[in-house]
Amino acid sequence: MAEQMIQQRKRDVLTSLLTETDEREMDNASREMLDQIRRDKVEKPVITLSYTTESKIAGAGETYQAIRRYMEERDNEARLIRIGSLGLGKAEPLMEVQLPGKSRLTFSRVHPEHVHDILDAVFNNFIPEEHVLGQHPHELLEPWENVPYIRDLPFFSIQKRLILKNSGIIDPCSIEEYIAYGGYSNYLKTIRNYTPEEICDIVEEAGLRGRGGEGYPTGKKWKNTLSSPAEQRYLICNAGESDPGAFMERLIMESDPHSVIEAVAISAYALGAQKAYIYIEGEYELAGRRLQEAIDKAKEYGMLGHDIYGSGFNLNIQLHLGAGAYVCGEETALIASLEGKRGMPRPKPPYPSRRGFLGKPTVVNNVETLLNVPIITAHGPTWYRQEGTEKSSGTKIFSLSGRVERTGLVEIPMGMPLRDLVYKIGGGIPDSKELKGVLIGGPAGGVMTYEHLDTPIDFEEVSALGGALGSGGMIVIDEDTCILDTVKYYMQFLKQESCGKCIPCREGIRRMHEILDNITHKPAEENRASTLQRFKGVINLEKLANVIRDTSLCGLGQRSANPVLSTIRWFREEYEEHIFERKCRAGVCRELRTFYIDVDKCTGCTICAQKCPTGAIVGSAKHAHFIVQDKCIGCGICYESCKFGAIISK
Amino acid sequence: MDQITRILERYPFVERENLIPILQEIQAEQGYLTEEALREVGRYLNLPASKIYSLATFYNHFRFQPPGKYHIRLCRGTSCQIHQAGKLQKKIRQKLSIDHGQTSSDGLFSFEVVTCMGACGLGPILAVNDTYYTEVDEEGMEEIIASYQETEA
Repeated sequence: MAEQMIQQRKRDVLTSLLTETDEREMDNASREMLDQIRRDKVEKPVITLSYTTESKIAGAGETYQAIRRYMEERDNEARLIRIGSLGLGKAEPLMEVQLPGKSRLTFSRVHPEHVHDILDAVFNNFIPEEHVLGQHPHELLEPWENVPYIRDLPFFSIQKRLILKNSGIIDPCSIEEYIAYGGYSNYLKTIRNYTPEEICDIVEEAGLRGRGGEGYPTGKKWKNTLSSPAEQRYLICNAGESDPGAFMERLIMESDPHSVIEAVAISAYALGAQKAYIYIEGEYELAGRRLQEAIDKAKEYGMLGHDIYGSGFNLNIQLHLGAGAYVCGEETALIASLEGKRGMPRPKPPYPSRRGFLGKPTVVNNVETLLNVPIITAHGPTWYRQEGTEKSSGTKIFSLSGRVERTGLVEIPMGMPLRDLVYKIGGGIPDSKELKGVLIGGPAGGVMTYEHLDTPIDFEEVSALGGALGSGGMIVIDEDTCILDTVKYYMQFLKQESCGKCIPCREGIRRMHEILDNITHKPAEENRASTLQRFKGVINLEKLANVIRDTSLCGLGQRSANPVLSTIRWFREEYEEHIFERKCRAGVCRELRTFYIDVDKCTGCTICAQKCPTGAIVGSAKHAHFIVQDKCIGCGICYESCKFGAIISK
Repeated sequence: MDQITRILERYPFVERENLIPILQEIQAEQGYLTEEALREVGRYLNLPASKIYSLATFYNHFRFQPPGKYHIRLCRGTSCQIHQAGKLQKKIRQKLSIDHGQTSSDGLFSFEVVTCMGACGLGPILAVNDTYYTEVDEEGMEEIIASYQETEA
């Protein structure tokens, strides 16, 4: 009975926080309650473990079991919660411990074998140095001595976490925590105090641009939709990145699903849409589960449904699991997929803002774009414009990975120089290697090089360099990465993902891939005709890419030329090396390697000669062998089969 | 056949929008899509089976061969690619003679290439059923596959 009363009291406090009172004007008991919900004040120790797809892959599942076992063994009454991610990928699995009255301590790379030692130490007020990452300072709590603050760590200190503010802090499965941290009140204020037109104005004034593609002004898109007369409009939130190397949206949905629901709800109101879809990649199992749970809880709290909090606004949010197609990032393809068809784009106009899902006006925005909307409506457009640059306002989330020391999810103000991102946040390149470039915007993006380290990152600057901000994948490559191999990989990917509707994309990408494949292989025979063909292909590569860019139907095709054109522009030398000298300086293009036999090491066992598919290895038994370079195709079978390490690859 | 009828009953409205969710549910229960299942769904939604097959082959997630006892998934996101995931795919092709979407003839292994598993800092990533292996190299992968082969031998 007492438990029920506490629950009811909790609900009342949260409802009053949502609807009327500012927290500062509340009575002490209510504020105390909020502190408890936020876990600022705890009576029992609280252990939290980041539990996302990423941390699960790093082994969080086993760590979770180990913590539970520990608690059973020690008869410990601590509360164990699975939360989202702080974004620091290399530190997963991340465990946090909060003792009553003390600030939250964070431990990185906690595997089952570490659990005992760490927890034993912390419960005895002692800090095991090895795994400690930092602590979250809080005015109500006593800080630990000699432990750095999380916000001061180089990975976090220059970030500007507006969208990610709750990630890794709150329990993603608890709507109570989300509300106690100030969630949903902005939504209710907005739908009761503003008209949809006013919100569109505010968003336009804030200069918000679509985060997924070319950066089209969101406010303008919304106004077009709002002005299309219709009895039903739709909002589709595109949450399927399916972009190799981009995991931002997935991690946000797993870490803070309620913020996504709130963002979708405010945006739907601004469009006069009574039905919104969240199109999520089918593979995002955990994100899907958490979002669905968030939708159900929001319904229970009356945030969704009929006549929401007496505003007269009705909204229904439905989750749709995508079946895996990169091209569905294009809005008309996404709509087709939602209608139960093959996800193929169609020519525009008519734009979805006139004729979209089921023929009704529709807006498609990606998760990150929408997540900016609650921030804009809460703080106003002028405040929002303070972040970022003149033409690209606000922050941008990147998933930083590849050859950097610290990988993960970062949120920075637009216009931050690339150098800060790679060296300050990312911590530079491991093993004291040289930076070669940064791949930005995924398979349809471009590359920035060493020379562009001081370029501010925003929509204009990046596209001037021949790239695109795209969904925000940022992959750092070093001298060990072959640029041609990477572009070839992108072409391979796009070739598979091209829907096949328009010829420039379907055939063109295939040809570009073929040409690149040709350059990175040693020809089987070197007669004049084949050599000529090879060079012709290379000359045509640039021309072909331009044609594809100009004539393809949708963004996938048009932007497929980006990686080719931008790498030819900045890494021409490497292309020429591959073509003229048949050399791959990174040593990645295996088929270009040349092999030699170290005569001192060769015992003349004849294994390599027997295995060579072209008979390029000559020599008699028990005497050192020799490779005839003209016959060698560089397959590397001899290299793999030699037991004496006598074959050297160059 | 019962299974499919049961799934179809959950979608009382004959609407094309339900097609992908229906196929996903069938695949979740049966592991793959059979010809029979496609025909059954076609009859229910008043669509030719050829249309449904064309849709199912368009999307990457649908399978037409039963999954093996050990379902291997290899991440080939860009970051894994930079860390040499391409070599791993070649190796799997060599060792098990299967490629993306296929199942080995003894029914033990099936293989799928996925776009990105979302742990780009830990690549290359290989998953066998629900067990994840991070920072896998060629030798590591051989050991992993060998360990599964041994348990079966």
